[in-house]
Order: sequence, then C-alpha cells, then structure tokens
Amino acid sequence: MPQGDHIELHQKRHGKRLDHEERKRKREAREVHRRSKDARNLLGAKGKRFAQKCYAEKAQMKKTLKMHDESTKRQKVDDDVQEGALPPYLLDRDQTQRAKVLSNTIKQKRKEKAGKWDVPLPKVRPVAEEEMFKVLRTGKRKTKQWKRMVTKATFVGAGFTRKPPKYERFIRPTGLRFTKAHVTHPELKCTFNLDIISVKKNPNGPMYTSLGVMTRGTIIEVNVSELGLVTPAGKVVWGKYAQVTNNPENDGCINAVLLV
Amino acid sequence: MDTQPVLAPAIDASASVMCQLLSPEGDPLGAALYLPQNVGPPQLQEIVNQLLHNEEKLPYAFYVGDEELSIQLGAYMRQKNANVEVTLRIVCQPQALFRIRPVNRCSATIAGHTEAVIAVSFSPDGKSLASGSGDTTVRFWDLSTQTPLFTCKGHKNWVLCIAWSPDGKQLVSGSKSGELILWDPKTGNQLGTPLMGHRKWITAVSWEPVHLQSPCFRFVSASKDGDARIWDVTTRKCVISLTGHTSSVTCVKWGGDGLIYTGSQDCLIKVWETSQGKLVKTLKGHGHWVNSLALSTEYVLRTGAYDHTGKTFSTAEEMKEAALARYKKMRGNAPERLVSGSDDFTMFLWEPTISKQPKARMTGHQKLVNHVYFSPDGQWLASASFDKSVKLWNGITGKFVAAFRGHVADVYQISWSADSRLLLSGSKDSTLKIWDIRTRKLKMDLPGHADEVYTVDWSPDGEKVASGGKDRVLKLWMN
Repeated sequence: MPQGDHIELHQKRHGKRLDHEERKRKREAREVHRRSKDARNLLGAKGKRFAQKCYAEKAQMKKTLKMHDESTKRQKVDDDVQEGALPPYLLDRDQTQRAKVLSNTIKQKRKEKAGKWDVPLPKVRPVAEEEMFKVLRTGKRKTKQWKRMVTKATFVGAGFTRKPPKYERFIRPTGLRFTKAHVTHPELKCTFNLDIISVKKNPNGPMYTSLGVMTRGTIIEVNVSELGLVTPAGKVVWGKYAQVTNNPENDGCINAVLLV
Repeated sequence: MDTQPVLAPAIDASASVMCQLLSPEGDPLGAALYLPQNVGPPQLQEIVNQLLHNEEKLPYAFYVGDEELSIQLGAYMRQKNANVEVTLRIVCQPQALFRIRPVNRCSATIAGHTEAVIAVSFSPDGKSLASGSGDTTVRFWDLSTQTPLFTCKGHKNWVLCIAWSPDGKQLVSGSKSGELILWDPKTGNQLGTPLMGHRKWITAVSWEPVHLQSPCFRFVSASKDGDARIWDVTTRKCVISLTGHTSSVTCVKWGGDGLIYTGSQDCLIKVWETSQGKLVKTLKGHGHWVNSLALSTEYVLRTGAYDHTGKTFSTAEEMKEAALARYKKMRGNAPERLVSGSDDFTMFLWEPTISKQPKARMTGHQKLVNHVYFSPDGQWLASASFDKSVKLWNGITGKFVAAFRGHVADVYQISWSADSRLLLSGSKDSTLKIWDIRTRKLKMDLPGHADEVYTVDWSPDGEKVASGGKDRVLKLWMN
C-alpha cells in the first residue's frame, strides 16, 4: 500500500471523526486569513510565484464577469467609417483607380535629392558585341567586313531616313523596328500600349543608345497622354520614362514598366 | 470665260439698317427701327434703356442669330454680306451691373480635415464658409483670417452634402448613415438632435425658398433608399415623405413656385406639390440615371434676399420681401425652366408647369453628364461631363453654344460667378479652370490641388472661390 493512504484507510475502516464536518468548515473559513497572511508575508521567489498565481486568478474572474455582463446588455453595432470618402455622385459608380500625381511628385523629389535613378532592374546581363551585331560581308569578293547588322530590337523615330547604303555601317532591319511598347503601371497593375518617343539610355553603352537599340534594362521615353496625368503646377504630363523588362528580340514585343 | 471680278455690293455710308430689337424671350421691344450704319453696341444700349424706361443705365449684350454683335452695324452687315432689305433681329440680353474679376491665385490652403473634403458651400451672403468631409465632421471657416472657425462633430459616417438655409441662419448636413444634423453657424453648435428617418445615405438637400417662408424652417432631403422627405426644423420631424421612386433619388430641388423636383436613378423626374406631398407630374424621357437637376431660378433661390449690394436685413419680413422682389425680377413672365443631366449622355430642357413633354433635348456629350447648372441670370446653361469637356448651352432655347475643352480627366462640378460672365469647373485631374463666356475661351487655369477636386463653390459676392477634394485640404482662391 502506498505511504500516504493511511488516512483514507483509517477513514474507510472506522469512519470519519465526529466533528469532521465542523472542523472542515472552520478550516475553510480560515483559508481567507491564511491567504491574506501569505500575501503579506511571503517574500522572494515564493512571493513572486504567489503573486503571479493570484493575478492569473483575478484576470480569469474578470473575464467571466464580463462575459456574464455582455449577455445581459445589447450593444448597437457601429458602422465603421471607411477610408476613401467619395462625394454622392461617385458613390454608386465603380471607378477604376487612375495614376495618382501625389505619389509621383513625392518620389520625384526624393529621387532628385538622392541624385540617382532607382530603377526596377538595376543590373542587367551585359550584351557582348558579337551577340548584338552580325557581321555582313560586302564587296565584290565578299572580303570587306566593316558593315554590321543589329540583331536586337531598335527604335528609329518618325523622321528616320537611312544613310546612303554605300556608307551606312550599322544596318537596322525594318523587321526589328518597334514603335509601341506595352507599359505597365507598377501601382495600378494595368498595362497600356503606348508610343515610344525615344530611347534614353541603354546600359550596354552610349553607342547602343545612339543607335536606338532596346535590350533588357534599357530606359525608354513613352507617350503617357492617354493616362491623363497632371503635375501640381497644372501642366499635363505627356512623356515619362519606362524600363524594358523582357528580351524584345525573343518575344517580338517590348514590355516595360513605368518609372513613377 | 468671263473673268470679271464680282464687285461687292456697294453699301452707301448714309444708308440705314432696319432693325428689330427683341427681348431674350423673343418679345419685340418696341417697333422696328431704321438705324444708321455707324450704330454700335453702346448706342444700341442707350436705345434699349430708353425703350424700356430704365432708371439706371443697365448694360446689355446684343446677339444676332447666336453670335454676339460687338462691332458697328455697317461693318457687321458687310462682314456677313447680309441682305439690307431683311429686318435684322437683334436680341438684347441684360448683363449684370457689376463685373466679377476672375480669381487667379490660391490665397490659402487650409488643412484641417483628416479625410477627403466632399462638400463645400458659401453662405448666401458670402460671409461664411462651411465644408463637409469624409472624416464625419462639418467645419466652418473664417474667411477674413482664412483659418478654421468651428469643428462640428456629430455625424457617424461621411458627411455627404451640406446646405445653407437661404436666410443664412442654419446649415443642414446629411451623412452616409442617413441622418441629418442642423448646425448654428455663429456658434458651431448642433441645433437639437439628429433627424433620423432615411434608411440609406443622403444624396441631396434643398431648403424652401425664403420668399415663400421666412424665417426658413423647411427643407427636403433625398436619399438612396428612393424617397425624399420634407422636414420641419421647429418640430424636428419628417412632415411629409415623398415616395414613388423605385431607385435612389440622386438630386432634389425646391422650386420657387412651391414645387419640388426630384431626379432619380430610375430615369424619371417627379414633380411634387409641397402642402400635401402629392405627385403632380412625372417627366419621362431619359434612358438612364438622372444625375443632376438645375432650375433657371436656382441662384436666386440659393442667395435669397442677398445680392451684390451687400445689404443686411434686420427682420425676417424684410428679407422675405426683398427675396420675393428679386425672384419676381429674375423670373419675369416666363415659367421656371428645369434641366436634367443624365447617364445617357444627354440633357433635357423642361418647362414642368406647362407640359410633360421636354422642350429640348441637348445631345453632344460623349460620356455621362455629371452636373448641370444655370447661370445666375438664367441666360446660359453649363454642363460638366466625364468626357473631359464643359459645354455651354443657351438657357432659354437649349441650343448648343460652345464647348470648353482643356481638362484631361472627368469634370466633376461647375460653379458660376455672380455676374454670369465667368464659369468655374473642377475636375478629376486636380485642376480648376475658369472659362470666359463672352470670348468662349479658357480665362484662368488654377492648378495646385494634389488630387481629385470633388467640390467647388464661388462666393455670391464674387470675391472668393473655395475648392476641396481628395487631398484633404480646402483651398481658397482670390485675385
């Protein structure tokens, strides 16, 4: 038989003490005084443990009381005041969000202060000259090799006229000339088909920029008048920069992301 | 074979032109006159003033056909190669005595609202300004120091529309939760408890004109739940409920002869009489939502007894009489005209007291018409549309006059200057533009807002323009 069971064994064999109930009642009554004595006198680690236990009990009691209170009261449900207040003539209309001038100007100012362009593709794989140009052999015996044909997508502009064929070193085939780009607005997540105005910078070198070659990572200028943007000064914005995000010579189209 | 040049018909310098002067409604002002060739607008003005026995010399503008006559008669005839034998019909339109200067600078950008500014309105005397916003407050602004005066809290949701009583003593504001609260502009305190009754948001509020009742104690409110309610301020109850529309009521106007006009998304306009709230007429014709209504006497009803002279009134009776005099002068003999602009890209010109059929249909816009507004003298009508243009129409016949292009995004609201010579438009592209009616061109461009401009208002004294929008600031413009 286990050690501590002798009390119970005796109670089973001989019954409880005659004053058992009274003693039990008085002991429980004294619990309150004992608890209060502990709370006052316990120190150190024991005191801390005791205080934590008391607090946990208090918190639990408060929760149950609140729960009981809630079921008796009925509360009015308040409609939340939503953000994005609209005038009554726009309330029933589902308006697609248009580009905001606000974000544009703040970011512009930050960029100007920083002094550099924060572009979506900061680094691109450099394109070697052998990959960019194809050597054309010309001459009666096909020994001259000074002509090059561009193998990547290019932009030439509206008033472009070729140099006399005898003298042109770089040939830009019409099949690889593009005038429009699919430009995505990064905040609105919608894509527009916009005209290209010019090629601003090709990361592979100034020569490619002057030729108008568009590879991945090139900054181009696009015509955004259809977006209806206005500067705070009241002027209409019609040109913005965008960066090419795909390899146009592989896809047959130019995808770019607008730099706002 | 004959290459002789065609000789221009020689007009004798001393010859005269037969002219018939007409009033804007088409009634002749006296008999036909033989006027010499060198008569120009100033001389015509004197003649008209004498014919009408005007005590003050009133300025007039003269129109032949739909073009303004700004040169001498002789030169005009030569230009147009007009037939000298036909009587020239000249329409004389009275112009306002005072001339409003166009505003050209933003004198103050007052921050204060913490959410978009949805409604802005000057008091009828032009001395105070109130605005309602998405942050559930109504704010009063001091115009002399251009700072906030009072912030009135009390609404539970966005404040969608505000309206000054025509005597300037009270302001009522309606919110998205369907309640209306009255405010005292002098102290900024709420007058009584909120008026509940509508089940959905309030779309428009309009007061009873002061020439019918002074002091003002009744107004009508329209809501998305499809009914309009007439409220009594003194008993704080809804007196009459005008039900009948099956869809949201988008705008409501209390007319000068005691009729209420409501336009709704169920494509109908209903005309109600105000004593018992009975439906008088239903004006059918539109193919899509009716967005906006305008009355030819709207400006006079809004400003009540106050006009450009800046006179103040001590008693309510005085105010009522002055307002009645102004209203009668404005209306003349013609019935009140109503114009409705709709989502079906067209507008109708109605004369509701005369017939159920529209007088004219105004087409030309390529997208929905958002706001229509009669000029203060009732001669012109302007419409703002989401096709980025503002169109000007003849206010009496409904004929198209000019289109103002310049905005690059939807034009939301328009407002006239008190002399009807300038028109202001606020747009989604964050700019405000002032258009000159005489030259039919852009007069002033007012950029400066950082985001969409939701509401514009020109003060009745013509000194200031207030505009508010999504960028949460209130801008005051002066010249």
